Amino acid sequence: MKLIEIFEESVIVLKTNKLRTALSMLGIIIGIGSVISLMSLGAASQQSVKERIQSLGSNLLTIRPGSNQQGFLRGGSSVTTLTNEDAEAIKTSKRFTTIDKVAAVYSAQTQVVFEGNNTNVSILGITSDYFDLNNIEIEYGFPITDDDLELQNKVAVLGTDVIEDLFENKNPIGSNVRINGTAFKVIGIIKSKGFGTDGNIFIPLSTAQKSLFGVSHVSSIYVSAKEESLMNAAENQLGFFLLERHGFEKPEDADFTISSQSDILETANEITQTFTTLLTGIAAISLVVGGIGIMNIMLVTVTERTREIGIRKALGAKRKAIITQFLIEAIVLTITGGLIGVMLGVGVSYLLTKVMSMSFVISVNAIGLAFGVSALIGILFGWYPAQKAARLQPIEALRYE
Amino acid sequence: MLKIENITKTYNNGDVKTVALDGVSFEIEHGEFVSIMGPSGSGKSTLMHILGALDVPTSGKYVLNGKNVEAMSDDELADIRNKEIGFVFQAYNLLARTSALKNVALPMVYAGLSKKERVERAKEVLEAVGLKDKINNMPNQLSGGQKQRVAIARSLSMKPSIILADEPTGNLPTSQTHEIMDIFSKLNNEGHTIIIITHEEAVASRTKRVITLVDGKIQKDEEKK
Repeated sequence: MKLIEIFEESVIVLKTNKLRTALSMLGIIIGIGSVISLMSLGAASQQSVKERIQSLGSNLLTIRPGSNQQGFLRGGSSVTTLTNEDAEAIKTSKRFTTIDKVAAVYSAQTQVVFEGNNTNVSILGITSDYFDLNNIEIEYGFPITDDDLELQNKVAVLGTDVIEDLFENKNPIGSNVRINGTAFKVIGIIKSKGFGTDGNIFIPLSTAQKSLFGVSHVSSIYVSAKEESLMNAAENQLGFFLLERHGFEKPEDADFTISSQSDILETANEITQTFTTLLTGIAAISLVVGGIGIMNIMLVTVTERTREIGIRKALGAKRKAIITQFLIEAIVLTITGGLIGVMLGVGVSYLLTKVMSMSFVISVNAIGLAFGVSALIGILFGWYPAQKAARLQPIEALRYE
Repeated sequence: MLKIENITKTYNNGDVKTVALDGVSFEIEHGEFVSIMGPSGSGKSTLMHILGALDVPTSGKYVLNGKNVEAMSDDELADIRNKEIGFVFQAYNLLARTSALKNVALPMVYAGLSKKERVERAKEVLEAVGLKDKINNMPNQLSGGQKQRVAIARSLSMKPSIILADEPTGNLPTSQTHEIMDIFSKLNNEGHTIIIITHEEAVASRTKRVITLVDGKIQKDEEKK
């Protein structure tokens, strides 16, 4: 008996019991559907995290005070080992062939007041290249310039969220806001990125350090490499330059940390990956439940069709022919269920990504995997019922009513 | 062609031992038309299962066309059932929701014949039993006699050396009993070897040799002229 004929036979059997077929496939449909949609959503969120991080500037290196080994306790803003002089030195040194722009930032959280409104925002004291480095565009007005830095001007560039909170969406340019009690003139508004920088107020670094907070260190220094391919070289050059400047010999002793966008990207990827794996694992459980459903139905089918199996055996069907028939029936069930599940999963993830305005990513791997898994479930859970059918003795089977 | 020698069959139901066949021997030659008679419990069904390679004897020899059947594996028995024996059952045993043509073709499917050959031969044998115009009918669209004729056509499809019929008229009214027996007689005249298991005198009287079984033993084995 040829395989294609057994296949045809199976399809006919499944077609004659439409409701039973549909119900037994449901478990597989839901299982595969949820695996596909969760994997696609995982890929989509990974993609959108990547896009967001890249929109921060893909050639960007960040130098922060404190070392990796010292951990969070001595890292962050309480560490004062990095100064604007470091940034200036990097900028003016002739040794660097790989870097393009340098910006230093001092950031602190503080109270900002305009007329009756007040809000707590991140104040970023920046140097003039900061906007360029971070792909931040000025929508209205002017950015912070070297002149502002030199004269310690009390000027501010606002993020859109701040305008919403303080100015109730009135045009703020030319108005004075009070930061920590000092009046600053608003000279510009940045273009919204939808996250992060929208909630910030930017002022000249020198003003922030001397007039507002009375500090001489910076929170971070941003450096852009000339090209993405030069990132590693730039990181190394910067590292050795600063080690030497700070009087250390071994990289382990460094009182600063350099990280690149790819490091951040990697961490973010790891996080989304973990979530995707977790959710997919849960979805996989429903697949197993679906498989058990198929086995249950197949076992019922074997009992129901005992007489048919007896007839087939009496007419010369060998054990293998019976096993193949029942196995193929189970596989046709699971693969058809898998196919519908894939379509469902793709549809659901398309809708979800549209609703959450993420980019729609179809994971071809996931689809291949889903097919493989559903066929495997068919074989795995169809095997026992098929064996049971093949082992029936023809006389017993023929007597069965 | 078919020879059984000292066949016994014992069933063990826990502690109770039932002897269904107790040393049965006979020979059937090519072209014979035999009926095996006996009251219920005489062991004729067990004998039919053994002759039909659906079961194996506890002891004794069964040689069919020079092959020892009693020692065969399940798959070898399946092959014997497929190629050497054509079955006709009391309850017809046709596949439901399957056309007459497909039912008749089923043994040929398991023999691995091509689709074209199957359809051709199935049509041929259905015509031989007078069902040329019913080939696409489902079993539930046929009368009892017609169903049994489909079953006879199916038993002929593999050109077996024996046709084995187990109470083939048991479920049929008298008129259709004659119809079926006429077909068997015709087939025998064409050279087919036919064995019918029955408890009806009327059926046995149509055959040429009657073997009577009582309590698992042969009581009579008479040939008619």
